[in-house]
Amino acid sequence: MPSFQEIIFKLKKYWADRGCIIQEPYDIEVGAGTMVSETFLRVLGPKPYSVAYVQPSRRPADGRYGDNPNRLYKHSQLQVILKPSPDDVIEQYLGSLEAIGIDLRAHDIKLEEDNWEAPTLGAWGIGWQVMLDGLEISQFTYFQQCGGIDLDLVPAELTYGLERLTAFLQVKDSVYDIEWAPGYSYGDVRYQDELQYSVYNFEMAEIATLWKLFELHEAEASRLLKAYNPKSSEKKRFPLLPTYDQVLKCSNLFNTLDSRGAISVTERQAVIQRVRKLAVGVANAWVDQQSEQSS
Amino acid sequence: MTLPFLLEIGTEEIPDWMIPTALENLRMLFEKTGIPHESVQLDATPRRLVLRAEGLPERQPDSEERVMGPAKAAPAQAVAGFARKQGIPVESLTIEVTPKGEYYSFLKKVAGRRSKDILAEALPNVILQIYFPKTMYWTGKGGPRFIRPIRWIVALLGEDIVPFELAGVRSGALTSGHRRLGAREIVITIPEYERRLRDHYVILSAEERRRKITEEMAGVKIKPDPALLETLVYITEFPTPITGSFDTQFLELPEEVLVTVMRHHQKYFSVEDSEGKLAPQFVAVMNIDADREGFVRRGNERVLRARFNDARFFWETDQKKKLADRIDDLRAVTFLKDLKEQGSYHDKIERMVALLGDDAHAVRAARLCKCDLTTELVKEFTELQGVVGGLYARVQGEPEPVWQAIYDHYKPESMEDAIPRHRTGQLVSLADKVDTLRSCFGVGLIPTGSKDPYALRRAAQGVVRILVEGKVDLPIRSLLGDNPQLIEFVEDRVRFYFRDIRGFKYDEVNAAMAAGWNDLKDLEARLIRVQRLRPTADFEPLAAAFKRIKNILRQASFTGGVTLDPALLEAGPERDLHHEAQALAGQPIEGAISRLRPKVDLFFDKVLVNAPDERIRQNRLMLLYTLSQEFSRVADFSEIVTNS
Repeated sequence: MPSFQEIIFKLKKYWADRGCIIQEPYDIEVGAGTMVSETFLRVLGPKPYSVAYVQPSRRPADGRYGDNPNRLYKHSQLQVILKPSPDDVIEQYLGSLEAIGIDLRAHDIKLEEDNWEAPTLGAWGIGWQVMLDGLEISQFTYFQQCGGIDLDLVPAELTYGLERLTAFLQVKDSVYDIEWAPGYSYGDVRYQDELQYSVYNFEMAEIATLWKLFELHEAEASRLLKAYNPKSSEKKRFPLLPTYDQVLKCSNLFNTLDSRGAISVTERQAVIQRVRKLAVGVANAWVDQQSEQSS
Repeated sequence: MTLPFLLEIGTEEIPDWMIPTALENLRMLFEKTGIPHESVQLDATPRRLVLRAEGLPERQPDSEERVMGPAKAAPAQAVAGFARKQGIPVESLTIEVTPKGEYYSFLKKVAGRRSKDILAEALPNVILQIYFPKTMYWTGKGGPRFIRPIRWIVALLGEDIVPFELAGVRSGALTSGHRRLGAREIVITIPEYERRLRDHYVILSAEERRRKITEEMAGVKIKPDPALLETLVYITEFPTPITGSFDTQFLELPEEVLVTVMRHHQKYFSVEDSEGKLAPQFVAVMNIDADREGFVRRGNERVLRARFNDARFFWETDQKKKLADRIDDLRAVTFLKDLKEQGSYHDKIERMVALLGDDAHAVRAARLCKCDLTTELVKEFTELQGVVGGLYARVQGEPEPVWQAIYDHYKPESMEDAIPRHRTGQLVSLADKVDTLRSCFGVGLIPTGSKDPYALRRAAQGVVRILVEGKVDLPIRSLLGDNPQLIEFVEDRVRFYFRDIRGFKYDEVNAAMAAGWNDLKDLEARLIRVQRLRPTADFEPLAAAFKRIKNILRQASFTGGVTLDPALLEAGPERDLHHEAQALAGQPIEGAISRLRPKVDLFFDKVLVNAPDERIRQNRLMLLYTLSQEFSRVADFSEIVTNS
């Protein structure tokens, strides 16, 4: 029975063997692996790029104080981007499941329609949720647009829910009972995170402070975006990646404010639009900046 | 000699619900190529769309085409040039006499094209033109679009490959088996095709897959669910049902919740015991041949247990805050953002309450009916909105009419769905739907073509059905307010309902609606009367007469306002008609019609409406006007399309 970390090792190795760059998690809090620039910005433009990384994904509203056996404030996604997607991409994906010990002749695997959309990123794609014996273990998406831009090469995004997959393989009903490493359960490693972040997000986060932070990060991102000049000869050294970090900060603050119940009806759409505007702005600038570089 | 044809479009998994339509589309596009054939058969699995045809000719018949050349008077050089261009000696040209003069011409024999060539040219477009609701590109920007990537294509005419290339895929004679139980590449011939697939765990025929599922779960009493069966048929290539079970303790949860989890989230059939009650079992349909080790059953049982545990956790958590205590929370839940400050569900229920007036139960239900939107259970299982509110209201001691009204207030959700069972529920449902319609139309969110994101057609249809089938005594026009676009929109739904759903003839619907449609249950009663009257002998002639009256009045631009003077009526047919009309006034049309008809006929036979004397003319017009007013209360019979 592979441990949580062994499953991660095996999957990383599997994808490394198929030409993926293995990255470590990005060091800014995000709601999904897609938001990391390794996906969000790298899928743009005409350059092939394949990468895999495990990204801790934070969803403040999903926190349950460590009480719910299946729901987590922070879960781990293995994010794989194959740009462009190879013709046998589904075969490769199924192979990765076999690589972690799932015999697909004895298990029921189905690809069920599920198109993905992230309004704050101006991104959407066509794809499936992958069901294994009735359990959703992955999301499979052919990206079509990102930052409101049609993609030159169509990347396949494979997202594995690592806790679920491990619970499945280890036959555990609670995610806290899965073995992370020999002698250590998931609960040993992560319970405190779940409890304390739930308390913070739902009870103690200072709404006024979060708003202030949101506005600071937003202002910084806007300021930088305005300073980007497509005609400048210096544009190649312009700090778009740090600009995008500011957008990620906004996104997480928005999620935290939301879980705190601090965003009203009328505000909600408007705030989503504010974040989207920044994300789309960075995406467009990035395409411009990178295209110049290749010529 | 004729040939069989096989086209298999091999793709990644196509959404099940799109497949039947896509196949019909494929048939139509194939027919459009114009290649003769004796029969067409269509099949599909999630990974292949297949068209087989029998009896294609090897080539089209040869034909002849007359090519016109220069005029007879043209210089010899031009004539020689023409002959050279056609590749024939000048002597082979003939002279053709046309209305424009005499010309050299040449009867060109055109060899019939080979079907293989026609197909090779046409098939890429046939494939790419198949309609799907949402398509994607996968080979790069500007590349071909299809529902999912095309990975292989089989195109055979007889024993030959029909050669073409699409999205980088070359057509060939290689198919692909089940993803894990079959081979990835299988050489096939047309006669062997279906059997070879079967060897590789692909059952090509949907009918056969359906039968396999049904037969193999015959030992269990499932709740019939044809839509789910159809889904399962089209998400599998080799379906095999298995039965699993769950802990009886979960049966304490409402059946609605359990069934929704199984049906919508897991695609399981629910199982009933011998008394028709929900049993702690389910049937899942796998896409493999067997579950020898029990992995799949245990896996599905574990998933279901987790889902049920979640549902129970939500159910218990939600009970900690009563629905009534959640009303204020609705201020933070958006109903329609375009309404700005009036856009929350709290605002919506206030408007519903205002519409409902002083019916205490209905008002109570309206206030509570949206509160379940703030519960965990509905956040998880949105399709149970309303139902969950109803169940909570029952547990929380709300009177039966109130909780049932909450439970039912989204009904009817489709044409097949029932309307709310009791009057209170009907009123709350009406108020909800009417508010949605008025709100959306008020801010210009009006459905166009196939775009109806707020499901306003369904809402309007629900309003119509509740008023008619619930026999609710409410004038629809006063519910709708005075937005002309909304009135027209709903009028359309009324027409659609009586015509397409209830099967009344379109002219009967027009006739009855022309006499008013504010009271829908009255409209229904009138339509039934018109329908019964229609086959009677005097009906159509009278309808024709009314059409004539209407035309006369229109031509004279006559709209009443004259006092009928009996003294001016001519003795005979005119006076008789007047007397008959007076005698019949206020009587049911059924009895009046046979007496009225001969008088009307005679009137038109003998009397000239356009009398030279203006007073007489006006009087006659008034007689006809009164007649059409008096006898058009059930329906405007001039709208009836008659054979005469």
